[in-house]
Amino acid sequence: MNEEMVTASTPTVMSQPILELKGICKYFGGVHALEDVDFEVYPNEIVAIVGDNGAGKSTLIKIIAGVHSPTAGKIIMNGQFVEIPSPIHARELGIETVYQELALIETRDVPSNFFLGREPTLGKAGIFVDRKKMVDDTVHTLKELGISLPSLNTLVRYLSGGQRQSLAIGRIMPWGGKIIIMDEPTAALGVKESRKVLDLVLKLKEKGCSVIVISHNMRHVFNVADRIVVLRGGRKVGERIKSQSSLDEIVKLIVGAEML
Amino acid sequence: MASPSGSEPEKETTVAQQPGLVSGILKNQLTTIVIILLVMVALLGIFTRTFLTANNIFNVLRAFSWIAIASFGQSMVIIGGGIDLSSGSTMAFAGIITAIMLTHGLGVILSVFIGLAFGAMIGFFNGAMVSRTKLPPFIATLGMMSVLRGFCYGLTSGWPVRDLPRAFLYLGQTDLSLFIWKVPLPALIMILFVIISYLYLNKTKVGYHIYAVGGNEYAASLAGIDAPRVKYVIYTLSGFFAAIGGILMTSRLGVAAPTAAQGYELDIIAAAVIGGISLDGGEGNVWGALVGAAIMQILRNALVLMGFPAYWQPSAIGAVIIGAVMIDQYRKRRI
Repeated sequence: MNEEMVTASTPTVMSQPILELKGICKYFGGVHALEDVDFEVYPNEIVAIVGDNGAGKSTLIKIIAGVHSPTAGKIIMNGQFVEIPSPIHARELGIETVYQELALIETRDVPSNFFLGREPTLGKAGIFVDRKKMVDDTVHTLKELGISLPSLNTLVRYLSGGQRQSLAIGRIMPWGGKIIIMDEPTAALGVKESRKVLDLVLKLKEKGCSVIVISHNMRHVFNVADRIVVLRGGRKVGERIKSQSSLDEIVKLIVGAEML
Repeated sequence: MASPSGSEPEKETTVAQQPGLVSGILKNQLTTIVIILLVMVALLGIFTRTFLTANNIFNVLRAFSWIAIASFGQSMVIIGGGIDLSSGSTMAFAGIITAIMLTHGLGVILSVFIGLAFGAMIGFFNGAMVSRTKLPPFIATLGMMSVLRGFCYGLTSGWPVRDLPRAFLYLGQTDLSLFIWKVPLPALIMILFVIISYLYLNKTKVGYHIYAVGGNEYAASLAGIDAPRVKYVIYTLSGFFAAIGGILMTSRLGVAAPTAAQGYELDIIAAAVIGGISLDGGEGNVWGALVGAAIMQILRNALVLMGFPAYWQPSAIGAVIIGAVMIDQYRKRRI
């Protein structure tokens, strides 16, 4: 098993990590999905998590997103120990997630999905939804990100895969999240649509966010990531700065071929 | 992955535009069934002398008001991704509870309140079964349907509760003067509740969450929506609305029979389905349920006015249900 080669010298501004996971284990019954994984996210970087199916990528980000609780290990945010028992807690900590399953409501229109679960309300009573604000803010954010959709009244059912993914990414923008998690953002997308989504990922970084990306597509990973973390069989087997690594090296880490 | 509109993504705009008139009509099952309703009314107006009389219209309104009110609650459940098969039994049960309280001299307001509270409680219990014990809604409410029917027989020993006070009968039998008409009180209550239900379902935050849970419960939960709470809300409301319908029915009939409202759950569900509320959840609104209930009752009325034997009514209703859903699906495919 390879030891980590890179620890101290990541090329982007190397301040303190905003998020640190230490010794994370996650067992599902007898299955050891994650075994003693350390993982950091630095301010304003794109870090990719790669690995074969069952390597533990999804489990790892679900722990950060508050979907799973770790069996063992610590989570430190901005120097403080935190627990993330639910997706709502994750959001409150500034962690926003774009799920692989997209998590959109197909039978609802664009603004309803944009503000899903956080609909703004009129007045202090908080009963009636402020539809005008929903529409205005949706238009504003989509414009800012250069996302184009046919019409806001369109049900998500009638949007294409790329449009849905753009919406799923765009809707996390207004909430001031510092860490954005994306699970396979380009899966099932065409070349052109993938390009747009990757542009969005870069745009999020431009706006000061840190992005954690899971992807099977190494080209996409090398396109956007600053740092690449490789998991295999639930363990972290390597961590590379993109500029100091190669596709070949990463693939070898993923499949576990001996490095020379 | 081409966009369904066929246009290139680059050419699309982010403008919040209203859909065009034609596609708006096509996209809207409600418009379709309102047109069907109007055509029915027009044909009946032409081919019968009696249909378009104020008297007949108000009779029709009164006759479907109970079903419609219960259907508004049912609509919320179906839109929220569930189904409530116990609504017919809840109607009968709430009527019997209210009647028993009345015969014990409890006063109209208190008796009605207790009947409504029982309806809401039954709904709450349905909600608990669905969201806590994870029973499929179909099974949970099917069981509840039978349990409640047993209560109806058991509490009355199978005998109808009679001799209800005049003040109570007022609820279902009075006509209120409105301009030149005498409008039945149940019809006015129905109109009041369709407006309240519409505002609740389509304009409030909870309403948005009901649609979200019905459309995709997993996604709604990931977005921080408390899906179990939403289910408690919709089933409780369904029980409450069914109780309103049941109490109005009891008041109109002047007697609370343990056999009352048998099979009504299917009419209540059918009203919602004809009105464009998808059994898959997340779609439709209560105006559809209102129009759906109206279409079914007008059809029954029409068959009577045109001299068909009443025995054939179920076949006609069944055909309408199948037709309405076929239109809905055809419409969805075309867009």
